[in-house]
Amino acid sequence: MDKSTFEERKAIRGEMHVSQRHDSAHKHVSGTADYIDDMPEPAGTLHGALGMTDRAHAEITAMDLSAVLAAPGVVCVLTANDMPHSNDISPSHLHDEPVLADGLVQFHGQPVFAVIAETRDIARRAARLAKITYRDLPHFTDILDAVARGGELVTQPLTLQRGDAEAELEKAPRRLKGQMRIGGQEHFYLEGHIALAIPGEDDEVTVWSSTQHPSEIQHMVSHVLGVPSNAVTVNVRRMGGGFGGKETQGNQFAAIAAVAAKRLNRAVKFRPDRDEDMAATGKRHDFLVDYDVGYDDDGRIHAVHANYAARCGYSSDLSGPVTDRALFHADSSYFYPHVKLTSQPLKTNTVSNTAYRGFGGPQGMVGGERIIEEIAYQLGKDPLDIRKLNFYGEKGSGRDVTPYHQQVEDNIIAQIVAELEESADYQARRQAIIDFNRTSRVIRKGIALTPVKFGISFTLTAFNQAGALVHIYQDGSIHLNHGGTEMGQGLYIKVAQVIADSFQVDLDRVRITATTTGKVPNTSATAASSGSDLNGMAAHDAARQIKERLVAFACERWQTTPDHVSFVPNHVKIGEELIPFPEFIKQAYMGRIQLSAAGYYKTPKIHWDRASGRGTPFYYYAYGASVSEVSIDTLTGEYMVDRVDVLHDVGRSLNPAIDIGQIEGGFVQGMGWLTTEELWWDDKGRLRTHAPSTYKIPLASDRPKVFNVKLAEWSSNAEKTIGRSKAVGEPPFMLPISVLEALSMAVASVVGYRECPRLDAPATPERVLMAVERLRNA
Amino acid sequence: MPQPNGSISFILNDREVSLSDIAPTATLLDYLRLERRLTGTKEGCAEGDCGACTVLVGRIAGGRLVYESVNACIRFLGSLQATHVVTVEHLAKDGTLHPVQQAMVDFHGSQCGFCTPGFVMSLYGLWLGNDSPDRADIEKALQGNLCRCTGYEPIVRAAEAAAETRPSEIFDPITRERETITIRLKALTPAETITVRQGEHCLIVPANGEGLATALADNPGATVVAGSTDVGLWVTKQMRPINPVIFINGIAELQQVEETADGLTIGAGVSYSMAYDALSRTFPGLGALINRIGGEQVRNMGTIGGNIANGSPIGDSPPPLIVLDATVTLRSTMGRRTLPLETFFIAYGKQDRKPGEFVESIFVPRLPADDLFAAYKISKRRDEDISALLGAFRISVDNGVVRSARIAFGGMAATPKRATSVEAALIGKPWSEETVLAAQAAFETDYQPLTDWRATSDYRMLAAKNLLMRFFLECGGEPAQLVRYAAGER
Repeated sequence: MDKSTFEERKAIRGEMHVSQRHDSAHKHVSGTADYIDDMPEPAGTLHGALGMTDRAHAEITAMDLSAVLAAPGVVCVLTANDMPHSNDISPSHLHDEPVLADGLVQFHGQPVFAVIAETRDIARRAARLAKITYRDLPHFTDILDAVARGGELVTQPLTLQRGDAEAELEKAPRRLKGQMRIGGQEHFYLEGHIALAIPGEDDEVTVWSSTQHPSEIQHMVSHVLGVPSNAVTVNVRRMGGGFGGKETQGNQFAAIAAVAAKRLNRAVKFRPDRDEDMAATGKRHDFLVDYDVGYDDDGRIHAVHANYAARCGYSSDLSGPVTDRALFHADSSYFYPHVKLTSQPLKTNTVSNTAYRGFGGPQGMVGGERIIEEIAYQLGKDPLDIRKLNFYGEKGSGRDVTPYHQQVEDNIIAQIVAELEESADYQARRQAIIDFNRTSRVIRKGIALTPVKFGISFTLTAFNQAGALVHIYQDGSIHLNHGGTEMGQGLYIKVAQVIADSFQVDLDRVRITATTTGKVPNTSATAASSGSDLNGMAAHDAARQIKERLVAFACERWQTTPDHVSFVPNHVKIGEELIPFPEFIKQAYMGRIQLSAAGYYKTPKIHWDRASGRGTPFYYYAYGASVSEVSIDTLTGEYMVDRVDVLHDVGRSLNPAIDIGQIEGGFVQGMGWLTTEELWWDDKGRLRTHAPSTYKIPLASDRPKVFNVKLAEWSSNAEKTIGRSKAVGEPPFMLPISVLEALSMAVASVVGYRECPRLDAPATPERVLMAVERLRNA
Repeated sequence: MPQPNGSISFILNDREVSLSDIAPTATLLDYLRLERRLTGTKEGCAEGDCGACTVLVGRIAGGRLVYESVNACIRFLGSLQATHVVTVEHLAKDGTLHPVQQAMVDFHGSQCGFCTPGFVMSLYGLWLGNDSPDRADIEKALQGNLCRCTGYEPIVRAAEAAAETRPSEIFDPITRERETITIRLKALTPAETITVRQGEHCLIVPANGEGLATALADNPGATVVAGSTDVGLWVTKQMRPINPVIFINGIAELQQVEETADGLTIGAGVSYSMAYDALSRTFPGLGALINRIGGEQVRNMGTIGGNIANGSPIGDSPPPLIVLDATVTLRSTMGRRTLPLETFFIAYGKQDRKPGEFVESIFVPRLPADDLFAAYKISKRRDEDISALLGAFRISVDNGVVRSARIAFGGMAATPKRATSVEAALIGKPWSEETVLAAQAAFETDYQPLTDWRATSDYRMLAAKNLLMRFFLECGGEPAQLVRYAAGER
């Protein structure tokens, strides 16, 4: 064996489908990964703080900010009138979201003015000196109150309809109706919102923003300032978590910082305190689901009619697409022969709710799974049996069409569930739990297996496009940039693996660079789990272009044909000659080959007609399932998650370690949403769970005591995604619906499982105990 | 008589720092980030709940150098005299990661990375003090650290893996420096009160109890700060002035736990962590409760004396201490007085503490051998949460009949409060399920709890009644509460 053959066979470090540590892991652990607040501040940087209202709904009758302005160290105070061009940052373009309240406050905590001062401490203290007088208006924070007050909507509702649900409900052998409350959720990214605006020449400004959507920050800043987009550059290297909370919610901080920076010609940093961040930025939507289902004695669903009412807050923000996605997932993994689903995006005097991992989908699915649970308890069966009976069928089975008329072509849910049922020993454990519950007086157990089917693509079709920029420098080092943002999910490393794989060079030859609107324009939010699907393909396209040029160069220079040129590990092979990659690149440069390319990708096949409620909004589905086992204390409602088994579909994983991290993390975050994370408003409309002292996300000691997570390694995306992988950001968030249902089973044990406990979310210890009491006293 | 202006001296990583212009409200976190540009330590919440700002603070306790994880966001700069502050920047040497850091990388323990330095420091504290941590130990060490990305599983695995490598001078800075730091900190330990004045600001660090009494006599309106786990939030969240301030966390004589045949005397400066061994040994029912107060960092900082002195209606230590007949000793330049803890709490926000007085110690008498005792905390999240309610039960049974009963609750009234009607409904009755069921109704006489974000009034009442049943069942040996790890389970 000669040396060249040996080297050719040696694989590169960091190709696709291989576990790689997060690109910044070594910096995370040593404190050297810079977040925006860690960057050296430009000389003379000023700091902002918000002045927030303490009324839920009121007209501002007078505003005396003289004491604020007079505080030593305060440089200026900004109000709505100080926005140079526009005070509107409505991401829905419905002009319903002011940067700063203009005469009317619509939720407790709404920013009314901003203070800019020499230090952050001075700004925060000065913000408390304002004297604002109000004329109070009636306020309501709850969904039922909103309905009772006329049900004003913040945006157009959606109806999905197939067949004749009303008639079939009448005809069905059995029918039941119910209602479910599903709570909202605070993102609790560990790094709060932050923006640093640095004024430039003419009308230019550069903004560092902790955002999932640099392009929207750019558009909002340019709109508020009244300058063209090309005057505004937005950068973000990494976020300390996003989860949807930084899709639109960074706009106000970036806009205010930019306005102040241009006005004062000094850099301005805006970093709200955690409490202010939690009060002034949107959250996951709470829902109230009314369902009406017709089914038969076997438990097969004939028809479903459900309404999804959402607490949207005072403005539309992303509530339209969020409530749409709730309806898209109200079917969970089940075929509804006849169905009518409606959304009701309600206006409330609360902060405007926004994107959050799953984007309404989780709420939709929780409602769908409640229906299954109800049927099972009515019939005295294991909910898993009802699930299996109602799963979507194979393509062409006649049971493969969704309520939005998309055919489910890639269905693998039955296989996932069967495999998990077996590997988790579900049946034997369920029987053991039923036996345990017979004799245990205080402690009861429950177990549940729930499926996930999640549609991948932005439902606004235009967002399904992405760009990337790849340079190769003369020394063979590669500079990678794309429109996706890094919030911890491992997007940067995955796309870097795509590039390393494309050029067949070691991963450390690829430099990952901060996302900036100056390199890749018109990007979509890093959201909808789309990051690696879109940006991975765009980067792949950039690499393809450069490789084509390199191959053409090689053919000319070495007088050969393309089939004799190949990219082999860290070399280019031309005929029998093996040239180290850097050397080949140097020659290509000398041969005047363009070593830079802008890649582009748009998702094929998809289309969606919202008006008719028909289309193919999703390119494909990601699947998964989980089994959860819990114990509850029937005297206090306290509980523990004893064991969880997950089998999840990520297609052909681009990076199994990163994907498993997304699944484990998504599971625990979703479990928090369904268990201990509770948003609580008082009668003044003030959110009282506005800090980690009062809002309780899971701890290490809350995670499942036994936690087995496996990838469905046999899966490969039926569609031509990057490396046949699947999106992984959101789908695992819905796996812990099994925790909620296992808690429900443990509660139901106190009456011999004869009644569905109708356990609402979040299932706090209080809700669990009260459900036990309700059942016992019924 | 004006005193010469003093300064606060401590060691930050590898260099000594001496500061003579410190505002009483200055926090360690702001100092690290804004003045030293040690930006590895992050601000996540500025209230001691998320742990992103975790650093280790070394101090001489009982003649020994101990390192404890603390929340830099609510640790006041002025409270650092004679300490060694260790930040995440101090761990790696010449570009080589510390074993704790390397394990976090190898096991994919970071995603967004923002909480990671805090986790690394908590894990480092665990690694230094425990050479074979089990999962319960790891979870306890991480109770004060929030991660929103990973679901914690890889972090726990990293902690287990890191324990395989034990401290060595080659790669561990604290092992390397321990001797020299001990000598330097002893040299920095003040013999007299340090007073730092700057304009109107006045910051006093007494060296002993007498110095504290004098300082308080001179400044009766001063804010006395021990662990700053409560006062820290007055500053970071409410922006309240605390000037003049007296930091008592360095007073060794207030940090004594004295065990005698009669009981335990706990100095007001004893942290929960320091009190744990003696309290859990003497009152087995208290160990599990203490481990659910705050997170590790808060237990390292917060004191039982402070929990009593601030008079919170939801403080976790007063109810059990009340049923255990604890007394509190208050001291001033005029002398000392001792009163039952129960009478110390007068009304919401009002305690029996006169100007110039400070809480010096708490005495907890031993339980008679046949007394039954338990304390139960109910919160939305099991660990690191504030109680919705907390019940403490103590009962003695003679020939099957309840001879005496003391029951107290937090979270059920404006102060920690006895359930005297429930007690009356038990005393003289057979210790039976019927008696318990009958006595449950008496809770409604004793308490009219509020509804708030932690729980509704109905839940508090129902859970309180049921806790009495739990107590009864447990006394009879019936399993009546959840246990995540059985004793000895790894």
